[in-house]
Amino acid sequence: MTGVQDPSVQIHAAAETPRGYGSMKRKEDARFVRGRGQYVDDVVLPGMLHGAVLRSPVAHARLTAVDTSAAEAHPKVHAVITGETLAGLGLAWMPTLSQDTQAVLATDKVRFQGQEIAFVVADDKYAARDALDLIDVQYEPIDPVIDARRALDPGTPVVRDDQEGRTDNHIFDWSSGDATRTDAVFAEAEAADDQLVVAADVLYPRVHPAPLETCGAIADMDPVTGKLTLWTTTQAPHAHRTLYAIVAGLPEHKIRVVSPDIGGGFGNKVGIYPGYVCAIVGSIVTGRPVKWMEDRSENLMSTSFARDYHMRGEVAVTRDGRLRAVRVHVLADHGAFNATAQPTKFPAGFFGVFTGSYDLEAAHCTVTGVYTNKASGGVAYACSFRITEAVYLIERMVDVVAHDLGMDPAELRKRNLLRPDQFPYRSPTGWEYDSGDYLHTLEVALEKAGYPELRAEQADRRRRREAGERVDLMGIGLSFFTEAVGAGPRRTMDILGLGMADGAELRVHPTGKAVLRISVQSQGQGHETTFAQIAAAELGMSPDDIEVVHGDTDQTPFGLGTYGSRSTPVSGAATAIVARKVRERARIVASAMLEVSPDDLEWNDGRWQVVGDPEASRSLAEIAMAAHSNLELPDGVEGHLDATCVYNPPNLTYPCGAYVCVVDVDPGTGAVHIRRFVAVDDCGVRINPMIVEGQIHGGLADGVGMALMQGIAFDLDGNCLGGSMMDYLLPTALECPSWELGETVTPSPHHPIGAKGVGESATVGSPPAVVNAVIDALAPFGVRHADMPLTPAAVWSASRGRPLRTDLAIT
Amino acid sequence: MQVPAQFAYEKAATVDEALALLARHGPESLVIAGGHSLLPMMKLRLAEPSTLVDINGLAELAHIRVAGDEVRFGALVRHAALLASPVAREHFPILTDAERVIADPIVRNRGTVGGSLCQADPSEDLSAAFSALRASVVIRSAGGERVVPVREFHRGPYETAVEHGELLVEVRVPIRPGIGSAYLKVERRAGDWAVASAGAVISLEGDTVRDVGIGLSAVGAPHFVAPEAEDALRGGPATDEAFAAAGRVAAEHCSPSADQRGPVDYKRHLVSELVTRTLRQATARARGED
Amino acid sequence: MQITVTVNGAPTTRDVEPRLLLTHFLRDELRLTGTHWGCDTTNCGACVVRLDGVPVKSCTVLAVMADGAAVDTVEGLAHGAELDPVQEGFVTCHGLQCGFCTPGMLMTTRALLDREPDPSPATIREAISGQICRCTGYENIVRSVRWAAEKQHTAEVAP
Repeated sequence: MTGVQDPSVQIHAAAETPRGYGSMKRKEDARFVRGRGQYVDDVVLPGMLHGAVLRSPVAHARLTAVDTSAAEAHPKVHAVITGETLAGLGLAWMPTLSQDTQAVLATDKVRFQGQEIAFVVADDKYAARDALDLIDVQYEPIDPVIDARRALDPGTPVVRDDQEGRTDNHIFDWSSGDATRTDAVFAEAEAADDQLVVAADVLYPRVHPAPLETCGAIADMDPVTGKLTLWTTTQAPHAHRTLYAIVAGLPEHKIRVVSPDIGGGFGNKVGIYPGYVCAIVGSIVTGRPVKWMEDRSENLMSTSFARDYHMRGEVAVTRDGRLRAVRVHVLADHGAFNATAQPTKFPAGFFGVFTGSYDLEAAHCTVTGVYTNKASGGVAYACSFRITEAVYLIERMVDVVAHDLGMDPAELRKRNLLRPDQFPYRSPTGWEYDSGDYLHTLEVALEKAGYPELRAEQADRRRRREAGERVDLMGIGLSFFTEAVGAGPRRTMDILGLGMADGAELRVHPTGKAVLRISVQSQGQGHETTFAQIAAAELGMSPDDIEVVHGDTDQTPFGLGTYGSRSTPVSGAATAIVARKVRERARIVASAMLEVSPDDLEWNDGRWQVVGDPEASRSLAEIAMAAHSNLELPDGVEGHLDATCVYNPPNLTYPCGAYVCVVDVDPGTGAVHIRRFVAVDDCGVRINPMIVEGQIHGGLADGVGMALMQGIAFDLDGNCLGGSMMDYLLPTALECPSWELGETVTPSPHHPIGAKGVGESATVGSPPAVVNAVIDALAPFGVRHADMPLTPAAVWSASRGRPLRTDLAIT
Repeated sequence: MQVPAQFAYEKAATVDEALALLARHGPESLVIAGGHSLLPMMKLRLAEPSTLVDINGLAELAHIRVAGDEVRFGALVRHAALLASPVAREHFPILTDAERVIADPIVRNRGTVGGSLCQADPSEDLSAAFSALRASVVIRSAGGERVVPVREFHRGPYETAVEHGELLVEVRVPIRPGIGSAYLKVERRAGDWAVASAGAVISLEGDTVRDVGIGLSAVGAPHFVAPEAEDALRGGPATDEAFAAAGRVAAEHCSPSADQRGPVDYKRHLVSELVTRTLRQATARARGED
Repeated sequence: MQITVTVNGAPTTRDVEPRLLLTHFLRDELRLTGTHWGCDTTNCGACVVRLDGVPVKSCTVLAVMADGAAVDTVEGLAHGAELDPVQEGFVTCHGLQCGFCTPGMLMTTRALLDREPDPSPATIREAISGQICRCTGYENIVRSVRWAAEKQHTAEVAP
């Protein structure tokens, strides 16, 4: 049996087909719809003070003076902490998740607009904000490095001159795949008459996850016990605890991280931000709890952004539409600190899966990371560690190829998708895809969309337009994505040395009710329901009888948390395994109760029964009571009914999907209207289909947002042009169509319940579908590519042959 | 969350009381109605008034009524009320069109007509619509009332004819039989400020344009109007070609700036496109075809 | 200054600074933390409450401006143990995930149904277009409100 980690437990049950899955109302909603959720900002502790952060208005400047005396004199101010204060404690800089350092509060210079300079602790948040105006900071401006494409030019100012000996803004070079082989295929394609090389420059702009709840923390350092309790918006409470122990030198057993209800994360709440550290220091300094909640501009301007990949893609293809090889170079803008959050050995995240869903002979990519005077981040928005960028690139390139070949993009995909008999499939860059039936999934989507009819309508529209009628342009966009989620196997994947395994603990109480403790952290995914369903299915119980505990490091087993769509692939597996362990323990107790050998028992509908004798059986509740009673158990068997496990995934899981987007574009204004969106996802076995569909809906809206409006540009002075929700636009109900979903189910062969994870699939898969649709609509203008976000201005400009550069201010 | 600096607060029950409070608290005091422009600026500390004079209690300013040959809109009419107003829809569909795309439904519940005009944001929509309609505003001070044409009301971005110690109390729009009007806005997303918007009011004599008003927003058109395009059209034929030509004239004479909503050439193009479209739609409405 | 606001039916008197935002009055003074905030610029709608019955963004209303008025928040929606149909609809149709936008969405859509008991999906989308949900992609919110409308209709025609 794959997936079982603990050799002491043998799984006897013959059929592992889970029961008890299905749509059910979420347990957590009872509190949410009554306004009784408890988010960090809802928590009030006795004697609590409030913090506020002073931030740099400029992108690059030497700090020559920070005068806090007037702020300190404010009657409601308890402390003002500066970089100098922190330097005295050795905390002015903290390590990042990418083996770099990041300033907590600036000491030498500021490196992006919005960087943290000082932290005020006051009686209330109004007074804390007032006191920020009383701090006087002197700046000596330095030319900022804003255009990533110029960051490595000779003579460019050095962003990270804090690093000794550094003379440029180069962070790393990383490559994947076989360069020699790939170059050979490209050379052949260039030489052969029946082949060609297609190239395009594709930007995945900087975006921000912008969960509706901003980031924040309440630090409560008990001066007597020395115990720090940190209420915080984190997707990874255990990893944060360990990191605080490392960063601050606090003993790990004296740190308790509580992550209560989280108002959306999407990767924004993986990193440790300076404000959290400041709140901790503020509590240490004042001896009282200190709350810090960032405002929206702080959230958008300083916490982890995502993407910012400047990609050049090349495809070697035969003229009859066989994709042979892909070659990619990426310039990665990491901002002022290299703080991308991904497994240590993957500086470009999982971008290596850029070969997508296609059967290629060879592939190679290089990624160059650079520093600029912008906020740090890169991996932080439902991206499955940069698979968003990888899928966007390949799916855009496939459409560019279709355009250049004059081929239907659906047909081109059909010719090149991996076939079912190729699984498990080892990609040219070394990833082992677990399962899939890609052509089937694509065909379900095309059928659902009515693809031939849509193409016929489009042709008719184009004819009418050519005849002079005022009609909108119509575009049809496809994408086919393969995701790689559930990081990950600990032999290759760790974060700062912490292997990416997750624990689970399950205890059945004497009356047959259970408590499941998990290490992952819901931010809206419905773990309290789904994980109860997983355990319930294994134990023949009602999910209502299982309480799921999460979000408190004192209460739950260690694990790395929720991001990269890893909850179900990793922690879901841990939950199934721990429930199976409990079931096996129950079997031993039942054998003692029934006075038969465990081998004579079979599991039947939530009961252990003597094989062939339904009358001789015991329910789990009866067994639980007996396990806690004075029943004599076999030698070596402890009483009670519980188990723990740590799940180390043998591989990633590989969900896939086929999306079809239909748009209408007003050629006179460039405005895009999304008429339809069909999404067929294959995420393996679905535990709670209602929740799965909800996850997909949300990701599709993200795709619409990124494709059409989200995007953070900077002017050349380094001003962030997406620093509020007035400027950084998120889609509303009016931009989103009524989603049309379909499904195929190809279970993961190595996951205990065949599930694959779905949290980020739609965010990964939908942007290329929308962009491909818009570009398809613009085909009459000869457009083959334009960069996101495709605002009306970007669409119109592309149609006039003057595509906008969307990473910089429009001039 | 961002929070405003400290200020004193006064609530006025009548226009006279509001004027007296403004006089008493001096030039650093500001009027607050819906507050949906002012409070965000105060939260950002871009505005730090010493005193706010709350005029939400001035029920006398919440009217929409026909008086003779004009419709009078009280300054405290909420956007939602204007959007829902059958009187507005009957006489000035341009206002209904504009209201439908101003901010969002919740903001419209609170924001006011007078507040929008007085804020004088260069991308504000009602300013363009009322300018196209050749409305006038009534400004009251302790010394009495004065009536100012909307086309003379705006003195520049965020600057109007309302002096400290004065209150905009009413907008008056002349009713002209047989006119048609329309408003269109291009936005990056529902609720966003305009990339560009245009409104047109047209009255026809047969197939000839008797008179026309063209309002523009977000494109640097002085007083939110396109007088050159109006002149080009007036007295000429009401044809698609003439509308397109007027659009080109309007595009030439406005002065948009580049920002994240678009480059200058695009905004000029939009002016041309939207002026043409609104003229077509206004004409169709004037002819009862829409 | 001293203000009296009738919050969820109960007159409540507090002494507040004029600059106190209504959101903070509810959250910090009255500990009604169901009303959230998500932006500072009146864009997200997490803070929507009803002021004299009308949905408003409470981050852009001063508490003093609500003096003498009635404010209704998500905490007042249910009637004891019985959920309001919109609350029930959101639970039944998975109209929420992280729950952060939910109170604002509930208050807006309750007001919508009070005004328009049988709204079309397009009308519902328009009504919530000033509010951002980052999780649901809105479709299930629309379904939730339709569900509530139908439930109310059934309840009304039942004998």
